[in-house]
Amino acid sequence: MSDAALAPVRTMTMAKALNAGLRRAMEDDPKVLLEGEDIGKLGGVFRVTEGLQKDFGEARVVDTPLAESGIVGTAIGLALRGYRPVCEIQFDGFVFPAFDQIVTQVARIRWRTMGRVPMPIVIRIPYGGGIGAIEHHSESPEAYFAHTVGLKVVTCSNPVDAYWMIQQAIASDDPVIFFEPKRRYYEKAEVDTRGTGAAEPLPLHSSRIVRPGRDATVIAYGPMVKTCVEAAEAATDEGRELEVVDLRTLSPLDLGPVFESVRRTGHAIVVHEAPVSVGLGAEVAARITEECFYSLEAPVLRVAGMDVPYPPSRIEEDYLPDLDRVLDAVDRSLAY
Amino acid sequence: MSDVRESGPGETGIESVQLLTPEGERVEHPDYAFTGDDEMIRGFYAQMALVRRVDAEAIALQRQGELGLWPSSLGQEGAQIGAAFAMRPQDYAFPTYREHGVTITRGIDPLRLLTMFRGVDTGSWDIVEHNTYMYSIIIGTQGVQATGYGMGLERDGLVGSGDPERDAAVVCFFGDGASSQGDINEGLIFAASFNAPVVFFCSNNQWAISEPSERQSRTPLYRRAAGFGFPGVRVDGNDALAVHAVTTAALDRARSGNGPTFIEAYTYRMGAHTTSDDPTKYRLADELEHWRARDPLSRVRTYLERVGAADAAFFDAVDADADAVATRLRRECLTLPVPTLAETFGWVYADPSAELTEQLARHEAYVASFEEAR
Repeated sequence: MSDAALAPVRTMTMAKALNAGLRRAMEDDPKVLLEGEDIGKLGGVFRVTEGLQKDFGEARVVDTPLAESGIVGTAIGLALRGYRPVCEIQFDGFVFPAFDQIVTQVARIRWRTMGRVPMPIVIRIPYGGGIGAIEHHSESPEAYFAHTVGLKVVTCSNPVDAYWMIQQAIASDDPVIFFEPKRRYYEKAEVDTRGTGAAEPLPLHSSRIVRPGRDATVIAYGPMVKTCVEAAEAATDEGRELEVVDLRTLSPLDLGPVFESVRRTGHAIVVHEAPVSVGLGAEVAARITEECFYSLEAPVLRVAGMDVPYPPSRIEEDYLPDLDRVLDAVDRSLAY
Repeated sequence: MSDVRESGPGETGIESVQLLTPEGERVEHPDYAFTGDDEMIRGFYAQMALVRRVDAEAIALQRQGELGLWPSSLGQEGAQIGAAFAMRPQDYAFPTYREHGVTITRGIDPLRLLTMFRGVDTGSWDIVEHNTYMYSIIIGTQGVQATGYGMGLERDGLVGSGDPERDAAVVCFFGDGASSQGDINEGLIFAASFNAPVVFFCSNNQWAISEPSERQSRTPLYRRAAGFGFPGVRVDGNDALAVHAVTTAALDRARSGNGPTFIEAYTYRMGAHTTSDDPTKYRLADELEHWRARDPLSRVRTYLERVGAADAAFFDAVDADADAVATRLRRECLTLPVPTLAETFGWVYADPSAELTEQLARHEAYVASFEEAR
């Protein structure tokens, strides 16, 4: 079923939006191919690739042996032949067997060839917790990749961004680690697939103010964006207007909108699921301090996972930042 | 092809393909024949002598402080030249950092091998022009990459078309140490699953720095191929003729769409692991003497002299040519341009971020501030 045959504006889940984005990228460019475990007949454990092997064939939707380094390593070889591979890592915690190929190879091949050979590989990673999963299925490993020069790292927070960002990532001549917040896979939104006028997609590496406010700036990405928007709505009960920024891109960061916001509000709170120490929040806080020092009314605060391994699912709610922890941090910032 | 025999004439009781004895005598093998003529063997000799001379010059340059490090190829020229001569221009090579005989035979200027070791870049030949990847530094990473390249060749219709000028395959070079790495094993698995046109060429040089090959495997390495579901063969790696014959057969098989082959080239690392290594701490001089008698270069020379295919003038000319290359190499090595740190910024991303561009501007302004003060 061709994307064009469907209504241009339709309500879809993030998983369906990713599926539609992948389909469109494969229709637009015959060099795009998918590699992963169980992505063919099964359509992936989250069904993101559902139906694609049936329509594009086994040479373009490749069910691989169960070996993540092999998935990424063969993607490198395919990219050397001019292909644009999209690798699916089944769960966040399973990326580490491929870590060497990603960090020492994918990230450095353009650099080692002095700019001659691009590595247009996308590595999709479902990440984050909140779904009651078992060990190694709820991780937020984005900082490892954002710390690796040569990679680009993005994450979508909603179906509209998912649809466009996956296509933009595939079109990128630089390798992109594409984090998908698995607890948001089945949340729905209306997606305008025409991308014209007001529906024109933002550039891939840009952040966005998703809710305007004047009292404090709350900075989040991926699964935490919805949490922070809900916190901002709750804060209105106390007469507080929180501005929420969706970072969307973690490497490079696009902090212009954040700086502009913090200069207005004087308060900044960064929110992520990953453990707090040396996480993305630390980098964002440092950069805000460098750029907005005289505007700050309080130190930049971080609301994040704690420095313990991701907990068993029965107690994950105690670990994950939620509406109350975000508002608690807002209180502390405003009371400073 | 590649019958695996449990016993045979090899010194370890394992069948190993040999077509030229250490004494320089041609011998027959039931499965493999060297199809080249004496002119080709003269070419093997000249190339092995050149590689050995380049290697010696690089070691000297390192000893004089002009290179930071050098991994010697001494003793492995037969395996490298035999395999590289079996490749066609359209085939693709993934060499290890010791495969100088392969890279030079692929048409890469030896000067380009030195740049990474001199510290002026990270691998400077054009991997597209030469169909030869950079030296892999993380051991074994090339195993899965080579398989992916082969999967790409197959998707591009360059396997099994029947046109010898068109069909292509990949040679993935690695060592006995790398055979323990996951990436080599995953490469073997993917290649088998997708019937990829890849020749896995393992140069078993007996030593992974200080660890003997027995630490890597309790079974002869070529026998592992059976477990992956494709043929494996051991060849006398110091016999360039046998290596050429075996690699030619494996490449033909891969190009025609019949899938991967595992070749174990049984050879010996005569030198240190690198110029930073001291092999006297872990191996005996007797072992070196044993292998010196099996030298790949001298056995070809003995053969050429024995059959009268080369005279003293030929060998003198080979040496003179190799010396000329070495002299030029030394001269050009010493004047290799050193890039600025600023230049390397441009290598990282196709589309660099504003932040990186600002970082570069700050760095350049900082550097410039010293220029003005001077």
